[in-house]
Amino acid sequence: MLAFTLRRAIQAIGVMIAVGVIAFSMFRFAGDPVNQIVSLDTPAAEREAVRKSLGLDDPVPVQFARYFGNAVQFKFGVSYQFRQPVSNLLMERMPATLELAACATVLAMVFGILMGVYSALRRDTILTKFFQAVSLIGISLPTFLIGILLIYLFSVTLGWLPSFGRGDVVRIGWWTTGLLTLSGLKALIMPSITLGLFQMTLIMRLVRAEMLEVLRTDYIRFARARGLTTRAIHFGHALKNTLVPVITVAGLQFGSVIAFAIITETVFQWPGMGLLFVQAVQNVDIPIMAAYLLMVSLIFVTINLVVDILYTIVDPRLRSTISRPA
Amino acid sequence: MSDAVVPHRLEPNAQASRSGTGWLKRALDSDIFYSFRRSRMTMVAAAVTILFFLLAIFASQLSVQNPFDPAQLQLMNSRISPLWTAEGQSPFLLGTDEQGRDVFSAILYGLRISLVVGVLGVVLAGTLGITLGLIAGYFGGTIDGLILRIADVQLTFPAILIALLVNGVAKSVFGNRLDAMSTLAVLVVAIGLSFWVQYARTVRGSVMVEKNKDYVAAAQLIGLPAPKIIFRHVLPNTMGPILVIATINLALAIITEATLSFLGAGMPDTMPSLGTLIRIGNNYLFAGEWWIVAFPGIALAGLILSINLLGDWLRDALNPKLR
Repeated sequence: MLAFTLRRAIQAIGVMIAVGVIAFSMFRFAGDPVNQIVSLDTPAAEREAVRKSLGLDDPVPVQFARYFGNAVQFKFGVSYQFRQPVSNLLMERMPATLELAACATVLAMVFGILMGVYSALRRDTILTKFFQAVSLIGISLPTFLIGILLIYLFSVTLGWLPSFGRGDVVRIGWWTTGLLTLSGLKALIMPSITLGLFQMTLIMRLVRAEMLEVLRTDYIRFARARGLTTRAIHFGHALKNTLVPVITVAGLQFGSVIAFAIITETVFQWPGMGLLFVQAVQNVDIPIMAAYLLMVSLIFVTINLVVDILYTIVDPRLRSTISRPA
Repeated sequence: MSDAVVPHRLEPNAQASRSGTGWLKRALDSDIFYSFRRSRMTMVAAAVTILFFLLAIFASQLSVQNPFDPAQLQLMNSRISPLWTAEGQSPFLLGTDEQGRDVFSAILYGLRISLVVGVLGVVLAGTLGITLGLIAGYFGGTIDGLILRIADVQLTFPAILIALLVNGVAKSVFGNRLDAMSTLAVLVVAIGLSFWVQYARTVRGSVMVEKNKDYVAAAQLIGLPAPKIIFRHVLPNTMGPILVIATINLALAIITEATLSFLGAGMPDTMPSLGTLIRIGNNYLFAGEWWIVAFPGIALAGLILSINLLGDWLRDALNPKLR
């Protein structure tokens, strides 16, 4: 168990170093950073001094080690567009993205599980057909189109909900939250639906498939034979056993929710990390691109690691196969 | 796959006509065609997909103007609403945008670009993934481990993020002012690099099964070189799942391209794809000019939906276990 955890942790660190190499090499593609700093008529000697002070004369491995060392301490350099430290920009924007992603995930879980259970238990009703149509649309409609559609319906036509921004936010320490004000909550509704719809369809399909499988097993048949109520069988036994894979998938998907937030944030001009990243890509602002890549990778790798380890704790069957290397 | 053995010394003509009709007859008799005819939804989806491809191919013949040629645009014709509304004017069936560009013509040309990027992206991803999968599965060992590790790492990152990064890196290498054709090439590469993993893993899996079969041993025994065994003999036996992945990937590639263009990291305004058209149209939504964004959006959604339906059907038809 310990060996497995260690091996996975070393693998995760390896991935992070690989991502660090990619992030670092983006700087090297982008031309001479000295030109970004000095003006056109700066004499050569002064340029040389700037180059020295930035350590650009050092061998590439030394520069990489320095970049990675700084990144570990959360120093990502200064943004070309904003002339501010990238870490400040990211910290300022992170609460918005995390709040949005969390809301979308909760929404997707609640409705995905409800719809999945219903369509597994009542297989041929009209509502089930409707849910399946919704799930096909959720997979086929690009995220940004759903966002535009919602804006047109609820902002332009009906005027119920704001079409952009976060509304009023409350500051708690360094964290800003929109969950405590009415305008903040109203602003959260449409972006969360847009972001969560794809996950919802995924969870619904998964719950449905798992439920159908579990309902065919012997222990369910036995529970029926014991004369348990249908409700106890469906929710006490069947649903409980489908939830493990559902929670795993939802956990693993949290990373891609954050990545997909790029699109949702652009549609709704939501002031999060994703919007920052898109603007950075458009303006070739390498420090922000590199820092975002590192941050998102860190979140991804951490989630994967935690899920893998939790899995072996929760499911002893996996442990025995892992501890005996094939 | 019970191929009738064609005798070697036949007249070229006879051989062609024979394999021609034989091919058609076999296709019409096959299980797949039967299941195709049984599913009305699939037939509609196939018809819609073919219609979209035809519209894209004959875009220049069907449109009333070339929306990329500024000389053909007239500001007098700007912001006309669709034909069936009160202010509609012929020949602008779906209305015009702020530059007097006919929305219907723009959709046809945009469709062409979306499909070109999507198809080329899928071809690139497929070539890359199939080749790497064949190599990994056939040779095994260190090279297999290496390819698998890269695939594992890449699989944890969503395709859209990889595509955005490839795009960003390309922009920083070539400068911010790429012309439209190079942007198209960058998009194809970005999509190709984000979607190869699934092919590689699937092909690797089937190759590992196939390579232990007798026909491969026989081929090795008569001394055929490894590339020939891989491409001529093993590859055709792994094509079923690849076809399914390619179909579903085509929809994903079109979504990815549209998303990148919508985010402003894809096709420029001078040569818009459907995604670019939606981004432009989105700016006029609040002014009440809904048709500039609605029709490109409907075209994109219809295209993706019908390709997805085809992919779903193909997966079920080629995999009898699921029935």
